[in-house]
Amino acid sequence: MLTIGVDIGSVGTKAVLFDGDIVDRHLEPTGWNPSEAGHRAMESLLKRNSLSPGRIDCVVSTGYGRKSFAEVDKAVTEITCHARGAHFMDPEVRTVLDIGGQDSKVIVLDDHGRVLDFMMNDKCAAGTGRFLQVMATLLEYSIEEFGAVDPDGEMQKISSMCTVFAESEVVSHLAKGVSKNAVALGLLESVAVRASSMLGRLGIKPVVGFTGGVSRCPSLVSLLEGQLNCDVRTYGDSHYAGALGSALIASEL
Amino acid sequence: MKRVSRIDELLADVEAHLKDGVLQVKEASEKGRPIVGTYCTFAPWELITAAGAIPATLCARGEDPITAAEEHLPRNLCPLIKSSYGYALTDKCPYFHFCDMVIAESTCDGKKKMYELMSRMKPLHLMMLPQTAEGDGSRSAWRAELDRLKDGLERAFDVSIDDGAISERISLRNRERLALKSLWELSMMDPPAITGKEQYLISEYCEFHFHKEELVPWLENLVSQIREAYDLGERRVGKDAPRILITGCPLGGAQKVIHAIEDAGAVVVCYENCGGVKELGFLVDEDRPPMEALTDKYLNVGCSVMTPNTSRMDNLKNLIESYNVDGVVEVVLQACHTYAVETYEVRELVRSTGRPYMSVETDYSKSDIGQLATRIGAFLEML
Repeated sequence: MLTIGVDIGSVGTKAVLFDGDIVDRHLEPTGWNPSEAGHRAMESLLKRNSLSPGRIDCVVSTGYGRKSFAEVDKAVTEITCHARGAHFMDPEVRTVLDIGGQDSKVIVLDDHGRVLDFMMNDKCAAGTGRFLQVMATLLEYSIEEFGAVDPDGEMQKISSMCTVFAESEVVSHLAKGVSKNAVALGLLESVAVRASSMLGRLGIKPVVGFTGGVSRCPSLVSLLEGQLNCDVRTYGDSHYAGALGSALIASEL
Repeated sequence: MKRVSRIDELLADVEAHLKDGVLQVKEASEKGRPIVGTYCTFAPWELITAAGAIPATLCARGEDPITAAEEHLPRNLCPLIKSSYGYALTDKCPYFHFCDMVIAESTCDGKKKMYELMSRMKPLHLMMLPQTAEGDGSRSAWRAELDRLKDGLERAFDVSIDDGAISERISLRNRERLALKSLWELSMMDPPAITGKEQYLISEYCEFHFHKEELVPWLENLVSQIREAYDLGERRVGKDAPRILITGCPLGGAQKVIHAIEDAGAVVVCYENCGGVKELGFLVDEDRPPMEALTDKYLNVGCSVMTPNTSRMDNLKNLIESYNVDGVVEVVLQACHTYAVETYEVRELVRSTGRPYMSVETDYSKSDIGQLATRIGAFLEML
């Protein structure tokens, strides 16, 4: 059985071709047209694997654009899909922290990857990928450099979590001569604090897995481990967790 | 050809008359009947009507007047308070426009202080709610507040309210409560006879129908007709639709939550909110002196202003069981501290029954429609 899962996120669209295991994956920017992005992602997977659309048994979409995409058999929320995807990547994981482009979520799983409880951030982008992107631009870092600042260096505490307010707070620290490394570290720390308080509200069940685009910031991961006082696992393909989960659900339909 | 269902016809009729309340109030006002605007379940309907006045629920559920309200009120205030004030300020609420007096209650700090400003626009009587329903002190304070309201009404409308008139109104209102209760109880059936959206629509119609002597038999009849159609096999809700109870803040301005739940394939079977089945659990005791009976009835409304709010928790537990719900969704309006804090206890309570619980914080805007669909969708996928 061959299925495709498409995760149309606010920033990136991810698609996974699945036959019981990951056959191929594809990532591209969502742009302004989520349905078009979903379509393109599917086309690329099919073309690269020389498949005709008829060969695919089932397609499930997820992500904020899940309902705008007509070529699917079912749309499932990203909470359920991320849970399944994370569980597939790491069967030991029981708590998933996912920080994506515009939202963050914590999901607690049972032994089969089913959702027991979850929490999402409110509608503001504080502490998400978008927040880090704005800050990286402000500090003239690439996203990779920003995510890899020395976690043991000097840190300037940042108290605002709102993207707009934090921006002006950062500007005022820089004007006072605080190093940009210290500011960057403070920003990452504030994301880690926010995430760990979300985790705390639901109650952490080990093992903790960190997924979503923001999990690719190594410094953030170590700050988070410091906050939580436990190991936080990350996965090479973790930004595909949602697409993988939806492909998995498609294979069961 | 698709047969038009009996329940469809009944509902279409309700929908066609949804706005009748405005006309009823306008006519009554022009004939010299005093109109009393109210905001809250605590306003004793029986006393107001015994004074010969018509109690009308004032507008508090639209987003439009909030910008105007924010010229006087802080932004970080609950949307219900801002909307209430904004409607009054911009004269966009017909009921506020026609009312001769507003009866308000100190249900929270935000409302209490807002009413000080609102009293510049209309004569306003603020009932001081005790902070707790427990103990003799609170009860006698609330009893005195009912007396003070009675005096206020008598003076304002130059009438004298006797016990006989109050008793008469108590019995009519009790009859309406029972009829409304039987409307909500249509959802005790599995699957429910009508959707949560449809129930809400009918309850709205009833709230804004001011001739209760006509309304009550009409409602009794409507419910029995719906039951009849159901018994003949008419089904509007799939038998697998998860059964959801909504609790928390008043829903009027946040009906998007009902829509999100039902659009995702579940059905709202019970509303433990103001205006829902919550207040209908206790009738006013018709065998006791009317003012005493009213005191106990209204003191026991399970509002989060009370500490502890035992009444709400007991009622909630009861409703979860008797409506056989699969999950509970709590709606908290932004900046409503009392309900927001109570979510902790509600969550514990719901979990202790082995059912899933979710709380959503929202306002009157459309900005979180997508987020709500995801959260609620994910919650329903868990069931």
